[in-house]
Amino acid sequence: MAVAFDIGLIVLLVGIGAWMIVVRDVVVATIIFVVYGLLMAIAWVRLSAVDVALTEAAIGSGIAGMLLLGAAARLKGTDASGTRLSFPMTIVAAVLCAVISASLAAVMLLPTHAAPTLAPLAMQNLDQTGLGNPVAAVLFAYRALDTLLEKVVLLLALVGVWSLAPDRAWGGAPSLDNYVPPSDILAFFAQILPPFGIVFAIYMTWTGATNPGGAFQGGTVLAVMWLLVMMAGIMRAPSIGNAWLRWLLVAGPALFLVVGLAGFFIAAGFLAYPPAYAKALIVVVEIALAISIAATLGLLAAGPPERMQ
Amino acid sequence: MSSIMDVFTALAISCGAFFFVAGTIGLLRFPDVPTRLHALTKADNLGLGLVTLGLLPQVVGALAALKLISVWLFALISGAIVTQLIVRAVR
Amino acid sequence: MTTATLFGLCSSALVGLGLFGLIVDPHPLRKVLAFNLLGSGVFLLFGVIARRGAAAGLGGDPVPQALVITGIVVAFAATALAVALVLRLFAAEADSAVKSETTSAGMKVDGGRS
Repeated sequence: MAVAFDIGLIVLLVGIGAWMIVVRDVVVATIIFVVYGLLMAIAWVRLSAVDVALTEAAIGSGIAGMLLLGAAARLKGTDASGTRLSFPMTIVAAVLCAVISASLAAVMLLPTHAAPTLAPLAMQNLDQTGLGNPVAAVLFAYRALDTLLEKVVLLLALVGVWSLAPDRAWGGAPSLDNYVPPSDILAFFAQILPPFGIVFAIYMTWTGATNPGGAFQGGTVLAVMWLLVMMAGIMRAPSIGNAWLRWLLVAGPALFLVVGLAGFFIAAGFLAYPPAYAKALIVVVEIALAISIAATLGLLAAGPPERMQ
Repeated sequence: MSSIMDVFTALAISCGAFFFVAGTIGLLRFPDVPTRLHALTKADNLGLGLVTLGLLPQVVGALAALKLISVWLFALISGAIVTQLIVRAVR
Repeated sequence: MTTATLFGLCSSALVGLGLFGLIVDPHPLRKVLAFNLLGSGVFLLFGVIARRGAAAGLGGDPVPQALVITGIVVAFAATALAVALVLRLFAAEADSAVKSETTSAGMKVDGGRS
């Protein structure tokens, strides 16, 4: 019975992906992408990866969909730009892509012996970290260096986006009223939803230590609430030269780095935690990271500054 | 007792699915944007409410039941507001 | 056919589709969309590997799942940078088109055309 549901979901996913490639209008393709992301989140739940499903729904389809939809709306008249490939070359490309798909499918269908897995190792050392969620343990204890570097990559991407501002707007604020002209209904929405959204984000960050959730998912919900409030005109977009904004952006990775360096003195080495305080340290780092991720993702989706404050 | 709950769940979710199909048919067949939105929001919200009602006997504890109902309420609120915004953009 | 194998086949189809869209479609924003499709197919592949590694009472191996979470966040950062570049590219092209129309006509072009 579950296999029938899986087959239906897979047919929908592949069909919607193919439709997105084929459709002519860019705005329609972007809306199809948002739907595709939500279906992908259901596929992740079927694969027993609930943390990844939350992340995909929030980042992969939520905030990325908003970003791409705004860009597609701005680029509405440019559908015909660029020269399409000639028909023989399109056939060659299709054949090559089919070959790649077929070889991946053949690898998938190979008979599986016992698959190599790190799950027993992860569970063995889980009580030393004090956490209940093994994915959070991997993100913040076993592979904490990856998470720290990922935060730095986010900041670098933000600096890259800011550097695309025109010279006259450097140090100014991104403008968010390209999306929708501020109206009273949007202002009403931006006044009733963010309180619930903030509680939801705090809950997801806090419970990420034992249940699926975590800093990334909670931080993304916070970022989306902030973007909603800025789009409705209730709060103005901060200028990027603002000192407290820059401190908010850096606070998360800086705290993570400080905790990591303190590991030299109070534990085994860089990014190691003393077993008695491991959970407390990890939760503090997660809270700081959630705030920084909220600020970074919100500013990434807002785009480069376009007007002087 | 649990089999009665399962039958209730199956019935409620089937009714909800029927309303979703009705809303989709309205989306495809109605002539212009306001009528399509009308069909979509009315039928889909009722369908989602029936699906939520059907899932309530399957969860354990009042907290999980409240979470399901709050999902329905959030979908209701955002559906209503987005409908108004779309109609304003189209007119 | 287990769930994991079915989704493995799905991920190979998505990788092929995303790659095809990336090669064929000339519009930069469509290329970004196809790139995201390709990326989600690759992440699904990781998810299948994680599901196959289910052991020790867990539903899936947590290490590939954590890698995919990191990958989704970094892919969003790359998409945001790519979209900012595409918007700037089109703005710069529009600016240069207006400038060349003004100079080539020798007088101000009226805005009736665009």
